[in-house]
Amino acid sequence: MDRKTKHVNVKEKIIHGLFFLNGLLVVFVLLGIFALLAFTSIPAFKEISLKQFLFTSDWNPTSYVKETYGIGAMLVSTVMVTAGALLFSVPIGIGTAAYLSDVASPGAREIIKPVIEILAGIPSVVIGFLGIVFVGPVISKTFGLPNGLNAVNGSILLGVMALPTIISLSEDALNSVSRTYSEASLALGATRWQTVIRVKIPAALSGVLAACMLGMGRAIGETMTVLMATGCAPAMPRSFLDSVRTMTSTIAIELGEVPYYTTHYYALFAVGLVLFIITFCVNMTSDMILHKYQGKRG
Amino acid sequence: MSNKKRTEQLGFWVLRSCAGIVGLILLLVLFDIVSKGIGTINWQFLTEPPRNGMTEGGIFPAIFGTFLVTILTAILAVPLGMGCAVYLNEYADDNIFTRIIRISIRNLSGVPSIVYGLFGVVLFVQMMRIGTCVLASGLTLGLMTLPWTITASEEALKSVPQSYRDGALALGATRWQAIRTNVLPYSISGMLTGTILGLARAAGETAPILFTGAAFFLPFLPRSLLDQFMALPYHLYIMATQHHAIETVRPIAYATALVLIVLICSMNMFAVILRYKLRKRKKE
Repeated sequence: MDRKTKHVNVKEKIIHGLFFLNGLLVVFVLLGIFALLAFTSIPAFKEISLKQFLFTSDWNPTSYVKETYGIGAMLVSTVMVTAGALLFSVPIGIGTAAYLSDVASPGAREIIKPVIEILAGIPSVVIGFLGIVFVGPVISKTFGLPNGLNAVNGSILLGVMALPTIISLSEDALNSVSRTYSEASLALGATRWQTVIRVKIPAALSGVLAACMLGMGRAIGETMTVLMATGCAPAMPRSFLDSVRTMTSTIAIELGEVPYYTTHYYALFAVGLVLFIITFCVNMTSDMILHKYQGKRG
Repeated sequence: MSNKKRTEQLGFWVLRSCAGIVGLILLLVLFDIVSKGIGTINWQFLTEPPRNGMTEGGIFPAIFGTFLVTILTAILAVPLGMGCAVYLNEYADDNIFTRIIRISIRNLSGVPSIVYGLFGVVLFVQMMRIGTCVLASGLTLGLMTLPWTITASEEALKSVPQSYRDGALALGATRWQAIRTNVLPYSISGMLTGTILGLARAAGETAPILFTGAAFFLPFLPRSLLDQFMALPYHLYIMATQHHAIETVRPIAYATALVLIVLICSMNMFAVILRYKLRKRKKE
């Protein structure tokens, strides 16, 4: 091997190595997020018991009598607005995906596709603003409430934000169903409607499910919309017409006011850690559903 | 038979109305913002700072701040995102490392934006001691944008035919030479398009900049990267919820929302036009 080839080889190895490090960077970022959240949360549990933190519902870190740190009410609030959001975004999302993949003419598709992309691009703070000025007044008039900032409002907005994710991923899943399935169904005399409902959607079910879970993950982690549109009362909600305060909005409200390195500060990071773990599990489950499905078909 | 047909028609109308609802939602959003925001927008609004306790004047510092922080985001996220995509698509074998990297990317794109904000506070503001400033916000947003730019860049690399690589390698080119001369020139337009779309999303984010550098109100533009900054999404949040005279500043809030949407839409348009132009040049 002459010197030049050797030189080239070394250069190639270095370049390869640099790209490899660049690839590993994302792993370090993910681990780093987890590690920093975990380490910053630990001091909180010197003063708060884990049981109190997870299973009580009073969050009152600035009380003069006794500070309490229970995330129960926040967890219930997050679950409520997310469930409410999925209640209408899942059927509408799957319906739209089925429309795009099986009913729409190419022309209609050319219109609906950009609509979904633009909707996905609207910032959450704008959606939250519309929750205050548009959805809120409608809700307060409909239910005769003094204001419309409550769980229903949050659910509607989160549903709108989850829609683009659910639609585009469900459509991918429906499109990846082998054509032989629908052709066989049509050849047996089934109508196109029966084929969509009884053959294609069941065949794409795991992909559709994964899409809905990713939409759910987005709704759980969404901050600005719920911060602006749900009223943020830190009490245990009793109905969908109550004001709620999710985990994300609690962090957003309080982190700006709390002094660094206090129990309250550490406790907010513990809330962030819980949030991270929940969304991580949702994403991993969605990933596993997709993987199992692809493995079976391949 | 006609019964079956009727069910089919009915079912298709249900699906059509689902799509119709989605279209209607977007129309409502855009109509409300545009119709109520357009009246406030004029040259002064776009070029002057807020005056009189933010009840008058313009939003220039917020526009400037959003541009600045988006440029910082791009400086971090674009090269690292492209590099990671090149590794995954051109170098990586299907082994455990590659699988872990892919799982990490998918999970990173699902991490809530407020959690990126917490991460930014600890890592950039405190551990690196750069304080709450536009640099800390840009770095935080950059990390958040990374998974999107990687995914977009990889899509672009995948669209380059394998024969381009094989041709170069067969002529004795090294792997890097093949990538540099035969892969990157054909995928760069797709990569740029995808990354600009990701940056547009980052420009509209509020939660990651809440505690890392965005300011309620500043009389001056940031003079260095270690200064705080005003940003459009944060300004809208303040105008909508935190201002002492919320009803008075409602028109300003609407106009800010309109400027933000126009900014993001024009970034998206720019990406689409860029893709079109570069494609045309490639054909010639």
